[in-house]
Amino acid sequence: MSTIQPKVGEPVSDELALVQAAKGGDVSAFEELVRRYDRNVFRIAQHITQNREDAEDVVQDAFLKAYNNLSQFQGQSKFYTWLVRIAVNEALMKLRRRRPERTVSLDEEVKTEEDSVPREVADWSPNPEQQYSQAELRDILTRTIQGLPASFRTVFVLRDVEGLSTEETADALDLSIPAVKSRLLRARLQLRERLSRYFHRRDGASEQPKLEVGDGNQ
Amino acid sequence: MKCSDFLQELTNYLDGAIDARTKAELEDHLAWCHNCYVVCDTTKKTIEIYRDSQLYELPEDLRTRLRTAIISKCHAKKEGRA
Repeated sequence: MSTIQPKVGEPVSDELALVQAAKGGDVSAFEELVRRYDRNVFRIAQHITQNREDAEDVVQDAFLKAYNNLSQFQGQSKFYTWLVRIAVNEALMKLRRRRPERTVSLDEEVKTEEDSVPREVADWSPNPEQQYSQAELRDILTRTIQGLPASFRTVFVLRDVEGLSTEETADALDLSIPAVKSRLLRARLQLRERLSRYFHRRDGASEQPKLEVGDGNQ
Repeated sequence: MKCSDFLQELTNYLDGAIDARTKAELEDHLAWCHNCYVVCDTTKKTIEIYRDSQLYELPEDLRTRLRTAIISKCHAKKEGRA
């Protein structure tokens, strides 16, 4: 069985030059950095906050915070990893504000009712995503990942959706490498378990679970 | 190797972050344990489906609006207005 191939990112060779120019007051250089990473920051923010307005705020706040603190960026990590760290913190603050009744922390080991040990081991259909329309599939994927604890969701999104390395994810989230690996394993297994409900191999198409397609504004 | 041992190594295996000897042991387990094979294969599909899903794409009009707001605040900051 082959391994997962990471997404190939854009070349970053000129990135330090852009950061240096922005530090020197060249706003157009900073604008280029915004263009390069605004989609990623928006996606990460929306995965964490699960709210479109909050995600928009996070994009603005994270880039402005980065701009105002460029002098503190020393270049030990990639600019993107540094930016992600800022964005994750902004997004978690939004989430805490919106859900003050639940403590949201990336540090604590999350105990979930659902054990990560697989119970559903039925094989999937050969092309499970083709059983559903685009809107249905998006709804399934959105509600499935939203069911994960914030700390699992965040690690999964940075590692598997955005393609950060384990080390970069640990750096961006201020977690140890074993903590990132442990959360990633449990996130992957829980998502797999939950998706199996929709994607498992079946003889007749009539058994598909009923879907209520949302408005997509989550 | 027990199934629980296999699961502990699943993430490293899928990421290719293991030595050749461990990899061979895991693949030996996969060759006869159908359940672990299915879990491994469907976990890999889970990752690929999410990676390719394009959830939460930033619409171009919103993108322009956000960038304009950010850059105008950067200019204001530079000019000492904020």
